[in-house]
Amino acid sequence: MPFHYELRFVGAGGQGNMLAGTIIAEAAIFYENKYATQVPTYTSQVRGGPTKADVIIDDQPIEFAESTHIDFLLALDQRAFELYKGDLKVNALVLIDSHLVQVSPEDQQRRDVYAYPIVRTAKYEIGKLVTANILAVGLTVELTAVLDKENVRKAIRACVPAAFLDLNMRAYDLGLQAARELRSRKRQLMAADRLACPSMVPPSDVLTALAPSTCGQPLTA
Amino acid sequence: MPEVRIASGNELVAEAALAAGCRFYAGYPITPSSEIPERLSKRLPELGGVFMQFEDEIASVIAAIGASYAGYKAMTASSGPGISLKQEGIGLACMMELPLVIVNVMRGGPSTGLPTRVSQADYMQARWGTHGDHLIITVAPATLLECYTETVRAFNLAEKYRAPVFILSDATLSHLHGRVELPAAASFEIIERRQPSVAPEDYYPYDVDRFGPIPPLPNRDNFPRYRFHMTGLNKDKGGFPTENPTVVNADERRMVAKIMDDRKAIDSCEYYRLDDAQVAVVAYGSNATAARVAVNDARQRGIKAGLFRPITVWPFPEAQVRELAGRVPKILVTEMNLGQMVYEVERAARGQAEIITVLQAAGTPIRPAQILQQIQVAAGKVVGDSIRREVLV
Repeated sequence: MPFHYELRFVGAGGQGNMLAGTIIAEAAIFYENKYATQVPTYTSQVRGGPTKADVIIDDQPIEFAESTHIDFLLALDQRAFELYKGDLKVNALVLIDSHLVQVSPEDQQRRDVYAYPIVRTAKYEIGKLVTANILAVGLTVELTAVLDKENVRKAIRACVPAAFLDLNMRAYDLGLQAARELRSRKRQLMAADRLACPSMVPPSDVLTALAPSTCGQPLTA
Repeated sequence: MPEVRIASGNELVAEAALAAGCRFYAGYPITPSSEIPERLSKRLPELGGVFMQFEDEIASVIAAIGASYAGYKAMTASSGPGISLKQEGIGLACMMELPLVIVNVMRGGPSTGLPTRVSQADYMQARWGTHGDHLIITVAPATLLECYTETVRAFNLAEKYRAPVFILSDATLSHLHGRVELPAAASFEIIERRQPSVAPEDYYPYDVDRFGPIPPLPNRDNFPRYRFHMTGLNKDKGGFPTENPTVVNADERRMVAKIMDDRKAIDSCEYYRLDDAQVAVVAYGSNATAARVAVNDARQRGIKAGLFRPITVWPFPEAQVRELAGRVPKILVTEMNLGQMVYEVERAARGQAEIITVLQAAGTPIRPAQILQQIQVAAGKVVGDSIRREVLV
């Protein structure tokens, strides 16, 4: 049976979705000798606009690199989720940030939805908001089980700045572990999470916290 | 052994330029072409080359022309609005007959358009963007590997024909990041401009009587010894202005003929599953990858479809399309614009085949399913149902 798997990472510009996609694609190419593509799409806003990175992994060369039959979707932003949730396969795996994205009951029914407070955990538990994407990579790798965990670890090591390597490794491990727990008690955790945090964190606050040093700079296209 | 790399289309254009011998880049950054200067700004100094960012696109293309005059292999890259600005300079390169590679990573337009979104709406601009009779060879890569190989070829063509050459990339291809197996440097030919064999005092840059239709041009080593004049005005053999009707007419004709007369060496097209085809899809650039998937899907459904893909898109492969139209009853042209290459296809087909289109100027790639749908319509096998059965939105 030929192997073909499509992932899509969506969020708001600045959250690191592109890099998350790159890490997955590079792990597949360099460490698993597969074919993979990563196609980023973003708006002319530097930060804050909806972004999307499509990743396709295949054991054959990939002809058309845009995802059209998606097996796995990661969403860190509501607007991007609504914009790019098309093309999902029935029963596709969907991983959302439980504070930033809400899934309609219909989506909930048709997809295999997992929710985790990714951005909040990165900020308060790991202590660095920018590790949110690596935490998400950990969750992705464990939930999808299409790539070897240690191969992805190698790809992360090659992609992140050396000064933040330990922090990112912690985020990755935490993501792997969180996904295992999520899988085992998916429904209970979602219910508990909703009760604990009834209000949504406004995305603009998150973005400001993500890139405080770049706020107010002119946008370029 | 080919070298396995992971890179984007833009990075591969930059790396291929270096492999082809480019040692001068001038530009002004613009999405979606900016990764080309980003990479070259680091790599060119390492190789003893020059990278310069200028105040605008006009200055940068003129600087690249200056570098080419001085014997350097030179490149500039931009996208829609920047290419519009560069057009005046591109005409200067045509008239001076200087090798130059111009990369246009196409995005939506007109004007600022869709800076980060894909389009193929500069197809006709590449041919007719600058004023005056002229012909610019234009290549359109469709894959990551071709971003590399076609860039090398663009430099070779520029040097061989002493002329500017366009590379028409697009936003999707330029940002596509993936695995590519690069050919070993020794495996491809690098063409250097022909050097004058005469003494500097006997050299004239347009001395076609002595040298033939493509006179030699001093490279960076020989340039300091050879002194010669060049101008944007119609010129005589010495590169000085002339209004002699006979000289001007002959020169205008030669500048186009030096390319048209050697088309066999310039043309490059891909024929895919066309031997028994009843529907031929014509597509180029990243859009051709969607077309190829659609062709394969159609074949699986029992429809005899094929793909004709011009890689050298200018001069247009007229004879090839005419031959195709003589044996395939239906031709489906697909482009990420409102219809540009289809004019050329219609002209070349001369009414022999029915021509239909799949056109889109939405800033998003055309999907294989859209092309497949029209292949099915063309083949008389219309399906009412959505073809994307698996997908439920």
